[in-house]
Amino acid sequence: MNRDELQTLLQTPHAAGVAFVRRVVGFMRNLRDNSIAVGLGEARDALNVAGALDLSRPGQLRAAWKPLLASRREEAQRFDTLFDAYWLRRGVKSAGRPASAMPGAGTAKRSPWLAPMPEGLAAIADSVSRASADQAQPADRSRLERGGASKAESLARTDFRHLDNPDDLAALDELVESLALSLRRQLERRRKAARKGEQLDLRRMLHASIPHGGEPIEIYRKRARRRPLRPVLVLDASGSMSQYSAIFLRFMLALLKRLPEGEGYLFHTRLVEIGPVLRERRRVKALERLSLLAEGWGGGTRIGECLATFVKHHAHRALRGRSILFILSDGYDTGEPAVLGKAMQALAKRARRIIWLNPLLGWQGYQPVAGGMAAALPHVDLFAPAHNLQSLAALAPHLARA
Amino acid sequence: MDRQQIAERLAEHGYIAGPDLAMALWLTDLLGRPLLLEGEAGVGKTETAKALAAAHGTKLIRLQCYEGLDASAALYEWNYQRQLLSIKARETSGQDAKEIERSIFSEEYLLERPLLAAIRQDMPPVLLIDEVDRADEEFEALLLEVLADFQVSIPEFGTVTARSIPRVILTSNGTRELSDALRRRCLYHYVDYPSEDQETRILLARVPGIAVTLANQIARFVALVRKEDLKKTPGVAESIDWAVSLVGMGITRIDASSETLLDSLMCLIKTREDQGNFSREVAERLIGKVA
Repeated sequence: MNRDELQTLLQTPHAAGVAFVRRVVGFMRNLRDNSIAVGLGEARDALNVAGALDLSRPGQLRAAWKPLLASRREEAQRFDTLFDAYWLRRGVKSAGRPASAMPGAGTAKRSPWLAPMPEGLAAIADSVSRASADQAQPADRSRLERGGASKAESLARTDFRHLDNPDDLAALDELVESLALSLRRQLERRRKAARKGEQLDLRRMLHASIPHGGEPIEIYRKRARRRPLRPVLVLDASGSMSQYSAIFLRFMLALLKRLPEGEGYLFHTRLVEIGPVLRERRRVKALERLSLLAEGWGGGTRIGECLATFVKHHAHRALRGRSILFILSDGYDTGEPAVLGKAMQALAKRARRIIWLNPLLGWQGYQPVAGGMAAALPHVDLFAPAHNLQSLAALAPHLARA
Repeated sequence: MDRQQIAERLAEHGYIAGPDLAMALWLTDLLGRPLLLEGEAGVGKTETAKALAAAHGTKLIRLQCYEGLDASAALYEWNYQRQLLSIKARETSGQDAKEIERSIFSEEYLLERPLLAAIRQDMPPVLLIDEVDRADEEFEALLLEVLADFQVSIPEFGTVTARSIPRVILTSNGTRELSDALRRRCLYHYVDYPSEDQETRILLARVPGIAVTLANQIARFVALVRKEDLKKTPGVAESIDWAVSLVGMGITRIDASSETLLDSLMCLIKTREDQGNFSREVAERLIGKVA
């Protein structure tokens, strides 16, 4: 690839010498290694731009290449460091090549927090790495869709806390996935049902009228296409939720895998976005990112603060008119209930619906009186139990309705 | 035009561009690629396009994006009512059906929408595709096609190729992640809030009759307000509004007459919640810092 790129670039005429082109190709590779996607077109343009500039002033070249090669804010922020490291040999240590360049060994050494990864997470790490294999085998799907054998029936009523042996977990995985599939199906059906339109489709009518000498005999209608709702899931992974959070993370991953337009977040002591983990196709990198999630796993909960962070930094992008927000939490907040109440109020304004899934609600005699939960409830559209599969499956009609 | 000239020409038309933005604009001309501007609301993304059009002395063609924007609102549409009328009118004239068809699908019945209009100008215009993040992903695909070839094919009419290649500016507030394909196609510049010095220059350029001291104080005050935890951070547009109102009230220093000044803060603080949080004490503390 590198050699090809060099050859192609050398064929296009430009003022700069071969050595410079070689260096530019190296820089492009360096950017790609640092996950800034640049293609041959960019490389060619970069050479053209360099030809029009005074090369003795690297600052100018950096300022000119930045808008060309970086294509989002986060990349633009990193670009200067990468440029300086490559062209000026400045701060080389901090901006070196990433771990992916040294396969295998690198991750174990680099991530001291990988070792105490909680059991649940390790299992999920496994399922993430299997994700790509799953997609390659459509035959698996039909098996998943059938779902409800008698063993599954009893499983569906078992509280998640009592699911522990690997076989049960695997069965649960399938059930959760089939649930996600059924959600997807319901969403799609809504889209197809839009048949009778309230508006005339003049374009089609006019075309159809030509054979009748301009008489609009056939009536065509059109209607704005309906889109499925986007699920946005926020999972509480604090200590008090430890018996449920691994299962819920599985639920979340399975759901997001099927509905790629959705988004997932996880919070314990702080808020983490899990979307990048799902989108990462390379296994080593996905594992690395997952281990980052594990930091603070099972720690104390500050629901209010974490949701406030979500409101401030993510909500404006994640929550839109078609978004349906799921909060999976027991509502035990160590912070001020007022903070949670305020965050929920802001969220209620943004999301179409808020569904709070509380595993404790499935317990006998539970009342949502804990300070945080009580403060959040007025802003929640649906407050539902989520302690077993049956309760999750019961959500499906609510999802199809909104 | 080199970068320096672009910055100067923009300044003549009341737009103060930082060196990075001037570089990005120069690149759009050099490479003929669209420029994607991202940034918070009110940092002057749309103004950039307006000033650029003024600087080049060309037309600004604006396409405001919204959810559900489609080809008929962005590219072209036939004037169906006129077509129907024309068919009716010729019914008795005994004209050939083919002939009628050819005439009703002619230029006369074509309604140009912004994208088509932009490529049919004699002088290259500035095409502003505003808030592209509000449009659907399908629209992005359509946009990519137009931006790649600068031609539009209309089945009944034929292919319209560009008479001149417009300078294209896209803006986004980041309410939705744009597709990688669109990002790859565009040059990228993140528009940040201006520095105090830059904002002073903006105020001097935009607000008639403002004194340097006041402009400087306003810039410093607004910079401090932006650091507060507010729901809606005031942008450049807000600070210009505020400066205009202060000049109109005859205030020359912001630490002089606090009462009228505090009342005028509604130009900057625009939600009820923020007005509640941004109390007198806070405002007075910030004014103290500026003075």
